[in-house]
Amino acid sequence: MNWNLFVTELVAGITHGSVYALIALGYSMVYGILKLLNFAHGDIYMVGAFIGFGILTVFNGAVALSVNVVLLLVLMFLCAMLGGGVVGVLIERFAYRRLRNAPRIAPLITALGVSFFLEYSAQLLLGAQYQSYNSYSWQGGALWLHGFTLPGDVHVGIAQVIVVVGAVVLMVMLTLFVQRTQTGKAMRATSFDREAAAMMGIDVDRVIVVTFFIGSALAGAAGVFNGLAYQQVWYLMGFQAGLFAFTAAVIGGIGNLPGSVLGGLVIGLAQAFATGYLSSTFQDAIVFAILITVMLVRPSGLLGRAAVQKV
Amino acid sequence: MSGTSDIPPVPARPDEAQPAPQIGVDAWVASHDVRRERRAGPLGSVQAQLERLPRAAFYAAFGVAAALLPAFTSNGYVIRVGFDTLLYMLLALGLNIVVGYAGLLDLGYVAFYGFGAYGYAMLASPKFGIHWDTLAIIPVVVVATALLGFLVALPSRRLLGDYLAILTLFFGQLFVTVYQNGERMSLLGFPRGKHYDVTGGPNGIPNVDNFDLGGLKIASLQGYYYAALVVFLAVLTCVALVDASRTGRAWKSLREDPLAAELMGIPVNRLKLVAFACGAAIAGLTGTLFAALNTAVFAADFDVPTLIVIYAMLILGGAGSIGGVILGALVVNISLEVLRTPGNATWIFYVVIVATLVAKLRPWRWTAVVLAGTVGLGFAAHAIAASAWPRGTAGEAPVGGVLGSGLRHWILFPSNPRMIGNVAFVVLVLAVLGLTLLHGWPQKLALIPTLYLAAFVWENRLAVEPSVTRLILIGVILIVLMNARPQGLLGTARVEIA
Repeated sequence: MNWNLFVTELVAGITHGSVYALIALGYSMVYGILKLLNFAHGDIYMVGAFIGFGILTVFNGAVALSVNVVLLLVLMFLCAMLGGGVVGVLIERFAYRRLRNAPRIAPLITALGVSFFLEYSAQLLLGAQYQSYNSYSWQGGALWLHGFTLPGDVHVGIAQVIVVVGAVVLMVMLTLFVQRTQTGKAMRATSFDREAAAMMGIDVDRVIVVTFFIGSALAGAAGVFNGLAYQQVWYLMGFQAGLFAFTAAVIGGIGNLPGSVLGGLVIGLAQAFATGYLSSTFQDAIVFAILITVMLVRPSGLLGRAAVQKV
Repeated sequence: MSGTSDIPPVPARPDEAQPAPQIGVDAWVASHDVRRERRAGPLGSVQAQLERLPRAAFYAAFGVAAALLPAFTSNGYVIRVGFDTLLYMLLALGLNIVVGYAGLLDLGYVAFYGFGAYGYAMLASPKFGIHWDTLAIIPVVVVATALLGFLVALPSRRLLGDYLAILTLFFGQLFVTVYQNGERMSLLGFPRGKHYDVTGGPNGIPNVDNFDLGGLKIASLQGYYYAALVVFLAVLTCVALVDASRTGRAWKSLREDPLAAELMGIPVNRLKLVAFACGAAIAGLTGTLFAALNTAVFAADFDVPTLIVIYAMLILGGAGSIGGVILGALVVNISLEVLRTPGNATWIFYVVIVATLVAKLRPWRWTAVVLAGTVGLGFAAHAIAASAWPRGTAGEAPVGGVLGSGLRHWILFPSNPRMIGNVAFVVLVLAVLGLTLLHGWPQKLALIPTLYLAAFVWENRLAVEPSVTRLILIGVILIVLMNARPQGLLGTARVEIA
């Protein structure tokens, strides 16, 4: 057995899966509360990636970084999360709020429109070409050359570690927020029954805004993670990633947070192994096959029914 | 005893007290005509007369008008746009069955269109050396597409509509990926073994045969136009008949409330699958026309932008209304064509803005105030910029002619509009969002700078890049229509019972 290939794909799958899981969390949170498939969520991920790129450009990062790496990373994440969150809240306020009691198909089509608007506005503003984070060359490749070696002689760079550890930290913070805080409790209550929650004095509008902000901030962070690990960002990146993350949320059980993380990892690993052992053309087909299988065998997703927690 | 005096005596038999219910003739139904929104005067009577005509008369009039188009013009471009519009009408009719009647969100619809196009190309091109008769290909392609639609909908038949949306979106994406990389297909995707060229990959399938209807070859653009028209009228007739049939009514009931429909004994799952297969079949049929006229097929033609354009047509006209769908396809496709050239697009832009102001601003004096204010603001801004910031007026206007020379004294054209135009675009989006929060006179006053900003962004950024602008506008149309008028231009508002 070729351990090198196996471990390489395992690392790639976990890295990619962490990014998918972060995006899937946002889908899942919004679906849990509004029962809305927010197609524009993937494009918020794109917005986050471009905000990170903007910060990078300010500090001349793609050519020769003029600032401490840690400071740069912190700044990129803060700006991307804040920017992503603000865009998400604006979308909720101006596109979805009026449609909360409309027939179900109306918000879905609006979400498509928002997604399209964001994608092509990004093309208008930033151009259609790929932009590169070029994190391989930051400070002599420090993010990639340093790191550790796994069995099978696979080198793992610090950038990949940052992606996985960062994603885990954000997920733990989200779980703590949802489980331990007053607002998290309100979110769970709203997700359980919006009308009853409103009658109990929960400000449902505020809960929805908070949900959109947190979900979109996670997507913004995922955009920066993706830029760090895979360099390239462009205006349509949100569509493909959104589609996979969406599938991850459905596979894990949409509306269920641990399920989304599990689904993200499943999709990431399936994609990586399909690329390594079959051909990259078929990664979509493999993921599609998994989606159909899960829908037929467990329509509510892998963790859908068993989990009591719903957000 | 005094407290009970106003209670009416209980009749011996309850049905004697009230007249028996008569179906369809109660007071609410009788006053139906009065409640209809009608214009007064001669326009009102014309409208009333038009409403009396059967729908078929409108469709026939449309068919005659469309058939006469090649007689009025021999301009190839116009006929080509007419052909494309007919194809979009066909696609919108098919999507109308799935989305408008059955209420299922089908986001893989263009994949069926592409499947039909590739189906025709594979069976009538040198690719595999097969050259079938068109009369044989069309039934095969239509049945195959319907079957494919059936299979795609099958896994999600027991699930919520949301799952169908994600499944079909993924299916559409898969279609594009597979067909775009299909030049080296191996069995089940294993890298070893023999590879086959199935779809031509990014090069598509070129040299597709013309239509060959049992010896009658169609080679001219006009011929294809008439072929598309005949197919369109045939499909239109079928859809109109289905619309009025038991199946059509059952679809609509299932759109309104699947649970209630199921309780009334309607086979919900089967009808969903049938609707899906019907929509797919129409898309496949349209695909054959597309492939034959273009003589080549590329997977990129069947990607998300095409899907969104069809959705915009459906939503604009009003999902569920046949006339609305036709009108939507006509309006959207012709506007998109006009938007291709910046000169025309700029005229359209100002006409639409002024028309919207005239239609929406009340009382009338506000229309005058806003228009005069915008014009005045523009000249003032231009005068200030000309003296204080000469680079701001040094650029070129994208359009010439009367409009262009007028605009040059009104709008700022910076010599390097890209950066400042981008900032203005973002500010414009935020300003429009802010406008929706205001009411009354502050909103109308705020409209003045927003309009000027919109004109500035249009001239400096949007009119320069028409291919991106049209897609942005499609997105905006979907968002605005869904929020302001979800029933579209011709659809009827649905009654929501919570």
